[in-house]
Amino acid sequence: MEKKFLRDLSLDFPRGELTSLLGPSGCGKTTLLRLIAGFEQPTKGNITIDGFQMDGVEANERPTNMVFQSYAIFPHLNVEENVGYGLKRLNLGKDETARRVDEMLNLVDLDNYNKRPAHALSGGQRQRVALARSLIMKPKVLLLDEPLSSLDKNLREQMQVELRHLQRSVGITFIFVTHDQEEALTMSDRTAVMFEGQIVQIATPQEIYSRPKSKRVASFIGVMNFIEGQLLKDGDQNTTVDAGILGNVKVNPDQMPIPLNSGPVTIGIRPEMLTLLIEDQDRTEFEIGGVILEGAYFGDMTNYTVQVKGLKSPLTISMRNTAGRRVLEDGESARVGWGADSLVILNKS
Amino acid sequence: MKSNKNTLKVFAYSYLIFLYAPVLLLPIFAFNDSTIISFPLNSFTFKWFAGLTQETYLQESLKNSLFVAISTSILSTCLGILASRASSRYEFFGKKSILSFLILPLFLPEIIIGVALLVVLMQLGLPLSLWTVILGHTLVCTPFSIAILNSAFANMDMSLEEASLDLGETRFGTFKRVIFPMVSPGLIASLLIGFTISLDEFIIAFFLTGTETTLPVYIWGQLRFPAKLPGVMALGFLMLLLSLILLLLVEFFRRRMNRTTDDQVNVQFGNLFKHDKKRTRDSKKNHS
Amino acid sequence: MDRVKNWFSSDSSRGLTLIGLPFGFSLLLLAAPMLLIFFLGFWTQDYLVLDRSFSLDNYIEAWTEPMYRDLMLRSLGISAAVTLATVMLAYPMAYFISFHGGNRKALWLFLVTIPFWTSYLLRVFLWKVILGYNGVLNSALDWLGVIEEPLTFILYNANAVIITLTHAWAPFAILPIYVALEKIDRSYLEAATDLGDGPLKSFLRITLPLSMTGVVGAALIIFIPTIGDYVTPKLVGGKDGLMIANMIQVQFMKANNAPLGASLAVSAMGIVSIISLVFLALNRRWLRKRGS
Repeated sequence: MEKKFLRDLSLDFPRGELTSLLGPSGCGKTTLLRLIAGFEQPTKGNITIDGFQMDGVEANERPTNMVFQSYAIFPHLNVEENVGYGLKRLNLGKDETARRVDEMLNLVDLDNYNKRPAHALSGGQRQRVALARSLIMKPKVLLLDEPLSSLDKNLREQMQVELRHLQRSVGITFIFVTHDQEEALTMSDRTAVMFEGQIVQIATPQEIYSRPKSKRVASFIGVMNFIEGQLLKDGDQNTTVDAGILGNVKVNPDQMPIPLNSGPVTIGIRPEMLTLLIEDQDRTEFEIGGVILEGAYFGDMTNYTVQVKGLKSPLTISMRNTAGRRVLEDGESARVGWGADSLVILNKS
Repeated sequence: MKSNKNTLKVFAYSYLIFLYAPVLLLPIFAFNDSTIISFPLNSFTFKWFAGLTQETYLQESLKNSLFVAISTSILSTCLGILASRASSRYEFFGKKSILSFLILPLFLPEIIIGVALLVVLMQLGLPLSLWTVILGHTLVCTPFSIAILNSAFANMDMSLEEASLDLGETRFGTFKRVIFPMVSPGLIASLLIGFTISLDEFIIAFFLTGTETTLPVYIWGQLRFPAKLPGVMALGFLMLLLSLILLLLVEFFRRRMNRTTDDQVNVQFGNLFKHDKKRTRDSKKNHS
Repeated sequence: MDRVKNWFSSDSSRGLTLIGLPFGFSLLLLAAPMLLIFFLGFWTQDYLVLDRSFSLDNYIEAWTEPMYRDLMLRSLGISAAVTLATVMLAYPMAYFISFHGGNRKALWLFLVTIPFWTSYLLRVFLWKVILGYNGVLNSALDWLGVIEEPLTFILYNANAVIITLTHAWAPFAILPIYVALEKIDRSYLEAATDLGDGPLKSFLRITLPLSMTGVVGAALIIFIPTIGDYVTPKLVGGKDGLMIANMIQVQFMKANNAPLGASLAVSAMGIVSIISLVFLALNRRWLRKRGS
């Protein structure tokens, strides 16, 4: 049997929030979801929902519901029978069941789809049926296992917004598994980043993006330039970092997501925090000269690769294509500008 | 290439004639007004069919055969459900060898099975009866049930069961409301195949039958009396019609089971040779 | 305690619990009887009294008595001939259905299986009608003027047994070979043609080796049970077409010498199993040689 590892894992999911579990495939995020749902049993440790211990509670008795990656719509039932599946055991009576089903279908924008057979549903509709089927149970926690991964790009973006909206309006705690970092950032109140069965950082999307705790988190979520440097601590107040060719920069404690001691460190800076100073009068806090190696035009943005003398690897710089701004040619020399507060100081390695 | 295809086509049709030769004779002699089974033919008659109603032994053995066939199909389908559910859903020690062992009767001469069971029953001092025939037939029919039900169970996405549990349904309720409706076409196919095989099985029944005989054992007895042969032909023709109706039903349910793969019809025997059907839990374990 | 609890709720135990009943059923009704038959061969029977002391007499008799030896050799010969003939006839049929069946594959497979839902006994009997002295075949040939005298070498001998069994086993060969052929990715054949192989060469180098699993499956499912066929030799075999199963039946029923019958049955199964294993091994070696 395949081993599944989750180690030293301890986290809280605040009530009514949408927490996403983000990580590469095989990192254990689905396993964590299945542990909460009760499909897998932990060998050690415990899960508590709303103050109740879940140890020994079977999946069908937990106040959780799951939206499966495949949606798991029952193929032999129609929409209404699928959505009302879990109500049957509650013995609500025909009218009440029908009322609740209609209410749910209305919530997910599937009014009048009641009698539609499962095989006649599109991907997006299946997703909605799966959501309605789970939400009708009024779970304390709704678990979503990569629910948007099988939809095409446009529909996925639309569903991201709708799902977020839905979560706010029903106020149920959502735990959302995804391997898509953009999706995690747009949708969540908080994001937990997982690698190899461990949670490496849990924070708001903004914090994870701008203050990642490690090089690995930083490069998993978006792109980051890394520069070797030395941290010089001088008491509590003054922390400077020697960024080599970029010079000595004074940094705030909040620019260090984990406390570090003096010594070699890695300095991170996001591509959009760097800027190319095109006009002579353009000024920033710091600047340094370089040569454009390549520009990749993306419509709204242009991503440049810029070689700066004295740096091991070229810098990636994202520039918005605003009105009147010139796109630089390959081989052109350029001035790279940046501010001290855009640096993140990370552990070396 | 073209001539190649035509040669094959000619061969295929000739082979088909070979396969159908005995079957086509059956209705001919069933309706032929002569006690001698040979050409040239006499006039057309229904009297052999009418004569069947007079045969009390025939009706007795038909009743016995139906009892045996129905019991066998139910028993082998139950065993098939257990085995194929285990093989499609769980990983366990010795899975492959246990499954090959269960399929083994398919490769054994029926006389060996018949004789071996006979010896055991004699040693235990158990009397031969229709039940002993049922046991022998169940042994032979179970591999077919397993083959049919295996594909029925393997077609089922495991998250459907989990979804049902997740929505508060019990394990039993999940079986009733999700698993059973989804595999029922396979169940019916398995029941019908078991029924048809058992109804026609002779050798095991011949060894294990007691004072009450089954239909094939009755026919075997009749074959010795030339005067009885036209009646046997008529009976055989009726049985062929019954089998065909059942087979069409099996086809119907199989098609309903896998609408997408219409090509795969009637390869239930073939299924037994598909090696390494590893579709069990892999899909579930791949992502996480 | 925890470990015990874990085991009971584990996959392994659920699987074993489910399969336990069918497995137990087969152990009881297949393995146990087989073992008993095996031991029975070493016992002796005098009229109705069974002597349970170990003796090799039955096996010695089964292997040295010329009558049994002839029957055994003839049975093996017939089984081999039936297997060969069935597979040789079924392969082109399966090939035709798989490669040229178009959208009528299902219909062809259905057509091929229908005849086999006629009563087995009656099918064998009808072959007797076809092959007999005044039978359908002789009448037809006579009417066509092909023959002067009815053919006699087609009934009440080994030929009749072989013809009848070749008919009886047809679907058991066609279906597995068809399944194997269906599984062959057609792009392999296109690749072979693309690389310059002619139709015959690509058949020998691609199609045949890749469909060998089906051929082997078919061969085994025919060869092994044929040795135990009882009805066909009895009905169409005459004196010269009798097989070992008929003798086994006689020993168990009429002669009341179950131990001798058991030793004959075990010997027959043993020989067939060994031949099958050798066949499997040869096939594997052949495929490996092709592969390299």
